[in-house]
This record gives sequence, structure tokens and C-alpha cells, in this order.
Amino acid sequence: MSEHTGGAGTVELLGSDDVARTVARIAHQIIEKTALDSPDATPVMLLGIPSGGVPLAQRLAAKIEEFSGVAVPVGALDITLYRDDLRRGPHRALKPTTIPAGGIDGVTVVLVDDVLCSGRTIRAALDALRDIGRPENIQLAVLVDRGHRQLPIRADYVGKNLPTSRAEDITVLLEAIDGRDAVELIHHEDTREENPR
Amino acid sequence: MKHLLSISDLDRDEIIGLMDEADRFREALEGREIKKLPTLRGRTIYTLFYENSTRTRSSFETAGKWMSADVINLSASTSSVKKGESLKDTALTLASIGADAIIMRHPSSGAAQLVADWVAPGGVGPSVINAGDGTHQHPTQALLDAVTMRQRIGDVAGRKILIVGDVLHSRVVRSNVDLLSTLGAEVVLVAPPTLLPHGVEQWPVRTTQDFDAEIADADVVMMLRVQAERMQGGFFPSHREYATFFGLSKARAARMKKDAIIMHPGPMLRGMEINYAVADYDTTAILQQVNNGVHLRMAVLFTLLVGDSAEAGY
Repeated sequence: MSEHTGGAGTVELLGSDDVARTVARIAHQIIEKTALDSPDATPVMLLGIPSGGVPLAQRLAAKIEEFSGVAVPVGALDITLYRDDLRRGPHRALKPTTIPAGGIDGVTVVLVDDVLCSGRTIRAALDALRDIGRPENIQLAVLVDRGHRQLPIRADYVGKNLPTSRAEDITVLLEAIDGRDAVELIHHEDTREENPR
Repeated sequence: MKHLLSISDLDRDEIIGLMDEADRFREALEGREIKKLPTLRGRTIYTLFYENSTRTRSSFETAGKWMSADVINLSASTSSVKKGESLKDTALTLASIGADAIIMRHPSSGAAQLVADWVAPGGVGPSVINAGDGTHQHPTQALLDAVTMRQRIGDVAGRKILIVGDVLHSRVVRSNVDLLSTLGAEVVLVAPPTLLPHGVEQWPVRTTQDFDAEIADADVVMMLRVQAERMQGGFFPSHREYATFFGLSKARAARMKKDAIIMHPGPMLRGMEINYAVADYDTTAILQQVNNGVHLRMAVLFTLLVGDSAEAGY
């Protein structure tokens, strides 16, 4: 996630109420699409991709439980070791991976991330899941889809589509990490290369 | 970080960073059927061992293979070293073949540093990892020991770590003293005066011969192997006397604190520095050390071999 650089170039696209409403809507959509509250449903598990995806997955799970009464297991899936750009750029610190007890075999895994852009993170996550087990289905939930896809990947649940130019950056702030919820657009004066997600 | 030669080259943040990363690798592989990560695909790692090893070499090889590196093992006894090839020529040969990393063990202190200077002049060339050089350093051992201590007793700062036995010949103790003092632990060395090195009074440790006086309030008791292969001459009167004064007997183990742990870098000599039965106590962390070694070495390989070193400013 890019640094929060408040000031002239920053526009708030979603406020705290909007983020809460969006998370609630995605939770409803997950319940509807996976039918996780029906007795013969395939079990559902949420796996957040660090950093932003992890608190988002936890919030989605809380909402899903509130709306459906079903407690879905939540974990974290760090994809650093599966990145395709490890040889470029500096050494990257690893983030925790926690797979809920019972593993991912036979369940519907919903990957959760804050921003979807190039799709490379999701490609890495799919590779990581293949080494961990064999889910019945894999779905993707993102808070923001900002376009610029470089791979044939799409999200099953999108909080908000925010088509942006490459001179712009999207920052998702989350209560658990940043102390407040917001989605901000940062405009850069010069067209530097963006941070591919 | 280009090479890993000595703990004294690392600052506190780098040490903690490697320990944390070892935990991340444990989590990433925990409970998996397929212990394989694509991270080091296409990287070639040579282990070059001029001394025997069970743990260190197989642990490095496992770490490399679990990250999809190609790991090739060379030992002095089956290589052209037998025909008289020098260390320098051997190292340069491996660099020319295309090594991305050379993991080496050598009976001479400083050998890994020399190899690093030869194969990567100006920092361009393969990374060198010191897997033990003479009586000097064994950095990955100290790091995996620290990971084990953190798992078993928590933060080592302010805790009392007893290191007992053949300090003179131990590279493990030098790496551990560097690391534990950086992390703020109290280190006490217990050894007969004949097995303490010159200059030990300048180390950030206390030394004593009285094992019994120190054991009751220690948080960790780390036993060292008596390194007979490095001993020419009598360092102590008899094995039985050594075991009596400096061995971890059942009676001594019984006086340890309840939550204190027993460690040994291996290979251990049961009946010499550690009693047969004590080696299998629940308070013994020896096999946990071995297990942590794989994850810690994955962290080291990841840190040294991944990322554009020029761009990262290492």
C-alpha cells in the first residue's frame, strides 16, 4: 500500500460510512453467492492477503456472521514468496500466513484484498493455494478495483470500481491498520511508474 | 546483506529480522503436504564442506530445496581438494560454474571471509554463507538457537544463559555470545580454565568453573560438545572427571528451574557432556533446534538471494 500523503493531491473517494456500507454489501453478496447458510453448502473460508486484505477479511467475516449466523473461518495468505518480481526491487519482508485448522481442501476459499489492479498479486495467491491444498472453489473479493489488469483475472465481489489513470494512486485506509476507514485518490504531478498490485 | 560470515556483522534489527522471517517460513510451510516454494527457482547453491556435518549441511540443503533452488553438495573428501586443489581455486571454480551462493565449512578460522573476498570482489559475485569456520563463527547456529529460545522462554533480554563445556574450540559459543549479548541476555560460560580461550575476559560474559553454583537460576543451559578432534594434548585429566564437573547429570538437571530448557548444538556425546537420559527430557530443546534450523536457513537464503542487491543498497 502506498503511503498516505495527505495534502493538495489527495481526494477522498470513500469515507468511513461508505467503507462500512461497502463491506456490508460484499458480505451480503458472499452469503448469497456461496449460500453458506444453507445446510448442504460447501464450507466457506476467507483468506486475507496482507497487509490490507487481512483486517478486511476479518471485518467481512464479522458481518457475514451478523447477517447469516454462520461463523466463517478467517486466515491470512502472504504471497511474497510467490511474487514474480522478487528479483527486482529490494528485499521484501514476509508477512504472517495463517491457514485455519482443517486446511483448504474441499472448501470455497474467498481471497480478500483491498485493491485489485494488475492482478499479479492474485496470480501469486492462486499459485500459493495450489501448494497448500485443493479448494473446491476460489473466489476473489476486493474493496476497490482500479483497472489496469495485466493478467486475465477478475473479482467475484467488487466494493467499488474506480477507474484511475496511471498518474494516480489509490490508498485504502482501514481502521485496524490506519485508525480510520477511507479510500483516497492521490494524484501525482509527474507520471511515475505506479505500484502494480 | 551480501554474505553471512559472522554474527558480529549483524545489528540487532537484522538479527530480529532473520528470526522473525524464520517464523514466517515455519507458518508458510506448517501442515503442508507440498513443502515447496518457488522463491529460489533457477538459483544454484553449492555446499562446500571441508569438515563432516550431519545437521548443518542437510538443513541447508533442505532449506534450499524447499525453496526450489538447485543445491549441489561438495565435500573435501570427494572433490579435487583430495588432489591438492587450493581453497581459492576451488571457490573460484564454483563461482565460474555459476554459483549464486556458496555455503562453506572449513577447519580454519576466517576461511569464509577469504572465500567471500575471492569470489565476490567489490560485492559482485556469489553470496558466501559461513557454516562454521574453525573456532571462529557459526552464525546460523546462533540464530537458530535464538529462535528456539524465543519459542521456549520468550524474550531473552535479561535472561540467564549458561553455556557449558569446551568453549575454547567452539565457534558456536562465539556466535552465541555475540548474538545473545546484542539481544541483552546475561551469558555465563562454565568451563575448566584449560578450555577457555585467551582474551575471554574481554567478552561480554562472566566465566566460572562452578556449574552447580550457576544452574539453579539459569533460564537456558546450553551444553557444548567436547571437541576431541581439535584437542592435541591433555585439556582435562579424564573423561569421567570432565563428566563429573562439567556434565549435565540427572542431579544437576533436577535443580534447574521448571521452565528452564536444555540446549545442545549437536552432535552430542551422551555420557560425556550430557547424561543419556537427560538428553531425552521434555525440557530438552535439541531436536527443536534442528527443526528451527531449516526455517532459519530458509530465511538466510531468502535474505541473501532474493531482491536486487544493487537497488536495495546492500
